[in-house]
Amino acid sequence: MANMSKENKKIIQAIPFMLPSVIGMIVFSLLPIIMATALSMTDWSGLEKFTVHTIPDHFVGLKNYAHLLSHKEFWSTLLHVLYYIVLYIPLGFIFSMVIALILNTEKKFTGIMRVLFYIPVLTSWVAASLIWKWVLSFQYGVINSVIELFGMKGPDWLTNRYWAMPGIVLASVWKDMGYYGLYIFGGLRGIDPTYYEAAKVDGAGKFRTLISVTMPLLSPTLFYCLIMSLINAFQLFPQVLIMTEGGPNGATQVMVERIYTYAFSYFKMGYAAAYSWLLFLIILILTLIQLKAQKAWVHYES
Amino acid sequence: MKRKALSVLLQLSMLATLLSGCGSANPNAAQTEAPKETVTADQSAGETNSESPDEKAGSDEAITITYANFNASGGNEATLDSMYQAFHEQNPNITVDIETIAMDDYFTTLQTRIAGGTAPDCFEMNIENFAAYASKGILADMSDADASGLNQTALSAFQYDGKQYALPENFSTVILVYNKDLFDQAGIDYPTSSWTREDVDKAAEAIRALGDDIYGIYQPVTYNEFYKVAAQYGGSLVSADGKTFTINSEENIKALQSMVDRVQKTNVQPTEEQMGGMGDWDLFESGRLGMIPTGTWCFNTFTDACDFDWDICVEPGQTQKATHFFANALVVNNDASDAAKEAAKKWLSFLASSNEAAKIRLEAGWDLPAINDMDALSGYLDITPPENREAVFESLDSLVLPPIITDYSQMSDIISDAVSKAASGASTAEEALNEAQKTCEDQITLQ
Repeated sequence: MANMSKENKKIIQAIPFMLPSVIGMIVFSLLPIIMATALSMTDWSGLEKFTVHTIPDHFVGLKNYAHLLSHKEFWSTLLHVLYYIVLYIPLGFIFSMVIALILNTEKKFTGIMRVLFYIPVLTSWVAASLIWKWVLSFQYGVINSVIELFGMKGPDWLTNRYWAMPGIVLASVWKDMGYYGLYIFGGLRGIDPTYYEAAKVDGAGKFRTLISVTMPLLSPTLFYCLIMSLINAFQLFPQVLIMTEGGPNGATQVMVERIYTYAFSYFKMGYAAAYSWLLFLIILILTLIQLKAQKAWVHYES
Repeated sequence: MKRKALSVLLQLSMLATLLSGCGSANPNAAQTEAPKETVTADQSAGETNSESPDEKAGSDEAITITYANFNASGGNEATLDSMYQAFHEQNPNITVDIETIAMDDYFTTLQTRIAGGTAPDCFEMNIENFAAYASKGILADMSDADASGLNQTALSAFQYDGKQYALPENFSTVILVYNKDLFDQAGIDYPTSSWTREDVDKAAEAIRALGDDIYGIYQPVTYNEFYKVAAQYGGSLVSADGKTFTINSEENIKALQSMVDRVQKTNVQPTEEQMGGMGDWDLFESGRLGMIPTGTWCFNTFTDACDFDWDICVEPGQTQKATHFFANALVVNNDASDAAKEAAKKWLSFLASSNEAAKIRLEAGWDLPAINDMDALSGYLDITPPENREAVFESLDSLVLPPIITDYSQMSDIISDAVSKAASGASTAEEALNEAQKTCEDQITLQ
């Protein structure tokens, strides 16, 4: 009993220290989640004053969800996000991997390189998007000038409905590769050098070492990066808003952009809340699948 | 023990900062809820108190109201303040707390504050959002406010269900700006107010023939241009009773076809690739564009940037003329107390229609007040270029207003997508408009 009360005392003492972050979580996460759930079943515009009567007065049941799922807009935005993901994740991983491997070779300039690769991560998306709009310009852009050097004609990136999304992918890869690169670099550093020595003794070549030693030992880090980049990819928004505004002809319309537009420009807050719930469910399901699938390829050192 | 006392103290102070942070919004809320109780705390209050006792004897009590706007941001804050000083001299009992918010943040801020019940007593509204706000019961009926000096068309743009919910404060129209030098080079006559779109096409082709990178006209294939050109062909987006969409009517298809042909068929207008990310004004300023229908707000920029002769005329129509009309308006919050509403209406009438405010507005070169009194506007006509500045007022005779519907933004986005699809050649004008019609019917319920 005496032990219990000591435990209790500890808990009571801890509460005040936890309060700031707990209150923050309740006010900025838990309440919004509950509110969004309730609002997603209303046709509240987000304009009228919010009172206790708002939700019962505007209640429409699951109508918003039914409307969303039965119209092609939701599916086409989902498709656009998937198009983005299919390009972004492999490209992002290749570049991050390359960066991590460069950083891992203890050469003269790796210190500066680390900073250089990380600068895009720190840049605001607004500034980065504006710069990439220039870089991808059809006539005056750097990328198309480089392509021209090889005697080819570059695509009209952001104004073409097939090339606009790849253009956004390029910008996103450039911005995020430093972040994931640094993570993977950390993972590489964490690998015990004795494994490499053992591989050398066994006569494994460079490629064989990468596949059989580095990759498995790196897999927990890669797994973390994969989950994070997938979640981030679904929340794709600022670069699209600035670089293409969802255009051309809605070819780069994505889910978060729609949610924002429905809430603040079309005044359909309930519909937007339902949209964001569907987005959450998709991310949740994919993350659960990944957690299950990790057993097949992620090796935790024990 | 000492240590423990310290830690408790620390915890308490952390809690205190947390709570004070949360509570700071409340005093403001209280102020807007009960403006009657707040005392005039303006610097000028001291001076004006001596003049006001006779007014104070009446029913008027000192009151502070809040006013939010976006139009003054970016350079005209001082102009607005001098208008307020003039108002405050006449109405010493009314103090206005002016809050100027940049356009980018204005409507999200406003929306959040209305939902939270802390909206300003009166504020500025644009034509795109007007119907949505009016239909949700957010705006107070202003039919009884003094609107005698205001332009009738401008007033009618801000009526909803037969009630006046806003006072138009300023306006601008779209006119056809043309490069005189290019017309001379092509050896053709300058545009006149009797031209039709076909005359424009002919002139544009003559100018296009001057060189590979010289273009005849630039009229972007966008929602805004489309509803106007549709009106020039006698079409409209919504039926006269406001109950059905008429986006894919025959007139509208013709109108869109004529806009697209300029890009795709005759190429008197550059495609997006030919523009290569260049702005339309830049193209005109570089002297490579014959004509551009654009807003009266271009005058100052073109005067500075163009090293060739240019002038304006009323925008040519087809079966009829139709000119764009843009206006911002002033509205009162329906949630405000009666006293605050009264005071707000006085302040807004002053801002929109008084001679004093109009004079200050014109002198600052801010924009055109939406007033009837032509004498007050005469100073505006004396400035050149353009020489044919009267065209701005001439264009007022053929104004076309966008349809006033609740889901205005959504409709305009859907139509924007459709017309730009047609412009890029990805679908025909008819297909694009059929699709827009269907999407609008699916997504929007007209009341």
